[in-house]
Amino acid sequence: MTLPPRAEPTVAELLEGFAERRVGALARAISWVEDGEEFAGELLDSLYEQTGNAWRTGLTGPPGAGKSTLSDVLVRYWAEKGSQAALIAVDPSSPFTGGALLGDRVRMDQALADAGVYVRSMANRGSLGGMSLATGAAADLCDAFGFPEIILETVGVGQAEVDIMAAVDVAVVVLTPQSGDGIQAMKAGLMEVGDLFVVNKADCAGADRLKHEIESILDLRQTPGPMPEVVTCSAKLGDGIQDVAIAIERRRKVMTESGFLETRRNTRALARIRRLLEGGLRAEIWSHAQMEGKAKAALADGARPDAIAAQLLNEVLKKVNVCDE
Amino acid sequence: MFVMSDSSMSKRLRILVAKPGLDGHDRGAKVVAASLRDRGFEVIYTGLHRTPIQIVDAAEQEDVDVIGLSILSGSHMELLPRVRRLLVERGLDHVLLVAGGIIPVADAVVLETDGYAKIFGPGTATGAIADYLEAQFAS
Repeated sequence: MTLPPRAEPTVAELLEGFAERRVGALARAISWVEDGEEFAGELLDSLYEQTGNAWRTGLTGPPGAGKSTLSDVLVRYWAEKGSQAALIAVDPSSPFTGGALLGDRVRMDQALADAGVYVRSMANRGSLGGMSLATGAAADLCDAFGFPEIILETVGVGQAEVDIMAAVDVAVVVLTPQSGDGIQAMKAGLMEVGDLFVVNKADCAGADRLKHEIESILDLRQTPGPMPEVVTCSAKLGDGIQDVAIAIERRRKVMTESGFLETRRNTRALARIRRLLEGGLRAEIWSHAQMEGKAKAALADGARPDAIAAQLLNEVLKKVNVCDE
Repeated sequence: MFVMSDSSMSKRLRILVAKPGLDGHDRGAKVVAASLRDRGFEVIYTGLHRTPIQIVDAAEQEDVDVIGLSILSGSHMELLPRVRRLLVERGLDHVLLVAGGIIPVADAVVLETDGYAKIFGPGTATGAIADYLEAQFAS
């Protein structure tokens, strides 16, 4: 059988789809920004004024901490209060093949999917920091579509992947009693980005001790903004979920009243520009087909790797004329 | 070997691998999902026990290019045409539909005349599915 070609909609058709709240339009729009489609910029321009109404919550933490389970229960909590949520879940791409296995739907409570929650699985496509380059724009699209709550769930991160803070209003760091010793190592990075710390799996031993450890580290924290709270919960058993949701809402209130939210949102825009600039430059570098061949040839000639990199970078910069006025 | 290239902003084929109905065995679906990932696809796996509506909802939200259904329970003539019908109703008939599992040849022939691009039976080489899909989208 022959497949009808996938007809790309026009910008106007997608905008119409947004106005009518058609999920298919949102889904295709996100693909556009992910794939760097030709008219993605025009679409985002047209929707820009409709953004800024949603609350963006980030969930980050080590692999297996329970981010997916926690985002499920938060989505349900908000849905019950009449606030429909969009969930963007990022998983890693293979650095070798570029492929990805996106499994967040496996753990998802089907009742949620049935209740009109929007779920989008994204591969990070080689981008570091726990998100893909397009994640911020995907959140903008969900915002413009009219979802009042947006959850960004990052790749399971280690210590230094702090980009999430620059993408959301409230960054929630999810840890478990098993993260215990790692906390010491996390004094920098993850411990600095959190607006709220959740000790999940509190049904396991050591949760209270971990809570106190985090609090004592936070006491020494120099990061600007109001002091984060630490709450415990067991997302799987459903214990303490309400406390997490309430703590998120309390954090929003504190951030709004102190004016810190505005600072955060301004920082966010700048951080996003930086990320996209760096990502764009990276793509530019690899758009030059001979790059790998040149590197290999120079290595075969016995040149020093650092010197080769500097030389190649120079060539790229000359081509893109960034040094010109 | 680490690839010196960048794929951050280029089109990747997205495929939803789904288990419709009540059968509880997803070893095959997982093997296929992993092999497609290793060939550079972005694979979204639904998990077990999905209804046709849930599968089509997921396909719509994820904007996939392909849906691959794995079914071993014998209810393929009931569930597979339903998925196809719902896709058409939603205006998603551009999505390439394939399936695999325990599906007798006679049924496979029927499905292949009714919206399914290809049915992969037992004994299919792992790489054959990726080969087939790549050929469909090569242009």
